[in-house]
Amino acid sequence: MKPLFSHHITSRRGLVKQFLRGFLGFVLLGTAQVSMATPDASADAFIKRLTDELLVTVKADKSILSGDINKISALVDQRVMPHVNFQRMTASAVGPGWRQATPEQQKRLQEEFKALLVRTYAGAVNQVNDQTIVVKPLRASPDDKEVIVRTEVRGKGDPTQLDYRVEKAPDAPAGWRIYNLNVLGVWLVDNYRTQFAAEINAKGVDGLIASLAERNKTNRAAGK
Amino acid sequence: MKRWFAPLQMFVCVTSLLLAGCATGPNANPKDPLEPMNRSISRFNDVLDDNVLKPVATGYKNNVPDLVQTGVRNVFNNLSDIWSTVNNGLQLKGRDTVESLARVVVNTTVGIYGLFDVASHLNLERHPEDFGQTLGYWGMPSGPYVVLPLFGPSSVRDGVSTFSVDMPNDLVRQIDHAPTRYATTGLRLVNRRASLLGASNMLEGASIDKYAFTRDAYFQYRRSQIYDGNPPEEEDPDTSQVAPPR
Repeated sequence: MKPLFSHHITSRRGLVKQFLRGFLGFVLLGTAQVSMATPDASADAFIKRLTDELLVTVKADKSILSGDINKISALVDQRVMPHVNFQRMTASAVGPGWRQATPEQQKRLQEEFKALLVRTYAGAVNQVNDQTIVVKPLRASPDDKEVIVRTEVRGKGDPTQLDYRVEKAPDAPAGWRIYNLNVLGVWLVDNYRTQFAAEINAKGVDGLIASLAERNKTNRAAGK
Repeated sequence: MKRWFAPLQMFVCVTSLLLAGCATGPNANPKDPLEPMNRSISRFNDVLDDNVLKPVATGYKNNVPDLVQTGVRNVFNNLSDIWSTVNNGLQLKGRDTVESLARVVVNTTVGIYGLFDVASHLNLERHPEDFGQTLGYWGMPSGPYVVLPLFGPSSVRDGVSTFSVDMPNDLVRQIDHAPTRYATTGLRLVNRRASLLGASNMLEGASIDKYAFTRDAYFQYRRSQIYDGNPPEEEDPDTSQVAPPR
């Protein structure tokens, strides 16, 4: 018999859990009952405000805590999406194939990718307990159009790194939009790129749409 | 002491790499020339997990009191902080070395052999480091992706580091009393798996190809670890393609 895992495997296994926690932070972020009537002056203020108000909401809502997937999905849709540049996220994940796609295909890609992520976030909400989110000091100049906001999700165990790429968006409710999310050093949009490119190479854009749709169907059936 | 295991494991590792060299697929990803073999090993690992590890970990999680689970986790974290201290030192990170050492000292004494994580309450943060990170820090590239049987995602650099440096220095392996050593190793494994229950579904639900998702996340994650969470930015290919209206 030999030890099956060594030290750095610890952190690698821990990765998945922390990844989930990170997702959770994103859900929390989105489900906040925030009325973004006035734009936020800075990106970190935007993230901080969303974060603070959302934690209160989620912790108070029993149906979210008990994992009512439909309700959570609706909330994510309603609250996150106004603050996310989803077209940019999808285009970036799809990569060069995006420009080959017809407007109709782009629309379908966006719908399916969104459904995939919303469902994933909704699943992660089940893990809500006593997390808090700390927004770290911003290292950007005030007139930057795109900045990285670094935060940390703290709960049981090691803190989880959770960063956002945020762009200035005058038409957005808060004046900012999120276009990428980093959980523990892993940029989420980037992480889909290879998979999506492989799918497009093998089966074309419609093949990717079909695979995403299939994944969503399986997830819905499994109640995830 | 089971030192003789180290060369054996090295041998197994290297041999499987050589064997796999022949198994390169037609559309090989440059970071993953061993993809066909890696996929097979991933499937093997998944089957093993579904049938053995996951059920045991579920039982542990549902039946063992939370207080005990926390204590177990803390003890193993404390052990790994010792190794982190060494690797922070090897990377000449003065502050992180001192903090890691302070964590071990505080948790081993005041925290009673690591049962209580007193250090975290004193704002002494963990700085997990392993030898693969140390090599990466000094500039060694990761090499191709490798999925190790039982161990999961790794790379040539990280896999060889694990077997030839991290494992021979694993304190649990230094336990002379064999039954204790086995039990401790098993408990550590269950402790890890238990912390992931509920998380593993997400990985499957979030990806259209779990294998590729895991692989790409592994490389990003290790790169981030090597740069202590602040890797230099890579170019963002989407920005030029779909410039949002300005």
